[in-house]
Amino acid sequence: MNLATNVSPHGLPTLRQDKPLIHPLIVRATHWLNALATVVMIMSGWGIHNAYPTLPFRFPEIVTLGSGLAGALQWHFAAMWLLAINGAVYLSYGALSGRFRRKLLPIYPSDIIRDVRAALTGQLAHDDLSVYNAAQRLLYASVIGAGILIVISGIAIWKPVQFRILTTLLGDFDAARLIHFASMTAIVLFLAVHVVMALLVPSSLRSMILGR
Amino acid sequence: MSHDTRPSHPDTVPILREAARRLDQPTRRLFLRSALGLGTLTLLSGCDIVDGTSAERALGRMSDFNDRVQAWLFNPGRLAREYSESDITRPFPFNSFYTPNSPHMAPVIDPATYRLNVTGLVSDTSDWTLDRLYALPRVTQITRHICIEGWSAVGQWSGVRFSDFLQRIGADLRARYVTFRCDDQYTTSIDMPSALHPQTILAFWFDGSVLPRRHGFPMKLRIPTKLGFKNPKHIGEIEVGNDYTGGYWETYGYNWFSGL
Repeated sequence: MNLATNVSPHGLPTLRQDKPLIHPLIVRATHWLNALATVVMIMSGWGIHNAYPTLPFRFPEIVTLGSGLAGALQWHFAAMWLLAINGAVYLSYGALSGRFRRKLLPIYPSDIIRDVRAALTGQLAHDDLSVYNAAQRLLYASVIGAGILIVISGIAIWKPVQFRILTTLLGDFDAARLIHFASMTAIVLFLAVHVVMALLVPSSLRSMILGR
Repeated sequence: MSHDTRPSHPDTVPILREAARRLDQPTRRLFLRSALGLGTLTLLSGCDIVDGTSAERALGRMSDFNDRVQAWLFNPGRLAREYSESDITRPFPFNSFYTPNSPHMAPVIDPATYRLNVTGLVSDTSDWTLDRLYALPRVTQITRHICIEGWSAVGQWSGVRFSDFLQRIGADLRARYVTFRCDDQYTTSIDMPSALHPQTILAFWFDGSVLPRRHGFPMKLRIPTKLGFKNPKHIGEIEVGNDYTGGYWETYGYNWFSGL
């Protein structure tokens, strides 16, 4: 047991371990499983894209998984189960426990403008990791939306006959494929910001590993 | 059965021989290590962190699992969307399993000597001439052909409903697989429920004309509930059976069921 003590603002000694839990175990576990699934899905997805590029370029082979279409598809259709099941656990927990409501809402445009401006001028504080600022709320809510959309559009292009209604709602096969690609782009852009921020604020990375 | 009497383009011979040699290899999911892309991981880490063979095996097992999930998901009553004539993609793209990917490589088949062989669990194994096949009741569909590579195109195909044909030859409809062996040495196989789907047809006509050589003369299986590579062209033999027979691309790791 860690007996190192802190002195709280009220002058009372507290055990280090009394530091509030920011991320419960289920959030940390689903976060890192999702990180693994997402990386595999993106890299294999880029390999699939290269077989018949949607946009007029190919991803460099070094960032793809499964050089060749068959291998890329095998990775993609294996990791999709991890992504979908783990995602369903995370979303159910977030919705049922009230975590999404507590952490992500409300999102007001005025707050977002204020916080983004502060972030860009280096004045946005991350001293209380248990409360998300408006920019974080928007980013996290958006990437959850993009994650849901990428799975829905993925099902629409995987099974356009069995889930025909879904494919039709997204504007048929080719449009669903573009939506799948656009969702991936949104997630990659989020990841770029997310990873940089985690490295700039290492305590946030520690809390996603240790919980506090 | 023998297809040797049929003339073929001289250039196709070495390619077909090579294709046939590959098909002889018994492994279902034959991959080279590089096909898995593990070279990248090795390069990044500077050491061999992933055992290629066991990763291959795990991915192969996942693909088998996905076959079962897709068979379970398959609803025979669910139809692929049918389009109007104005949606038809013209010109319709050509794609082949052989390289170079050129219509000039497609086999030349003489309609006068062509015979379709029917084998396996069927009561009537007599050969079919084109005249006999053309006389079968005809249905037409305008559906989207979706390639595993990601492109898709809308085309119009006409021919006999495959379930009608299977009944005519007295096929055992409880058998598990229908295998197609083609005159360009391509092979693939499908599950019986998909074979009996109402939109699965043996197509002899394409876009109002006789199916052209580039698109599979004299006959192609048009199955809009599966990816393009499960729609074999230039079919020479249809076998009904209970033993898994795989197929050309399946040997290279494409998922066998590949349902849409």
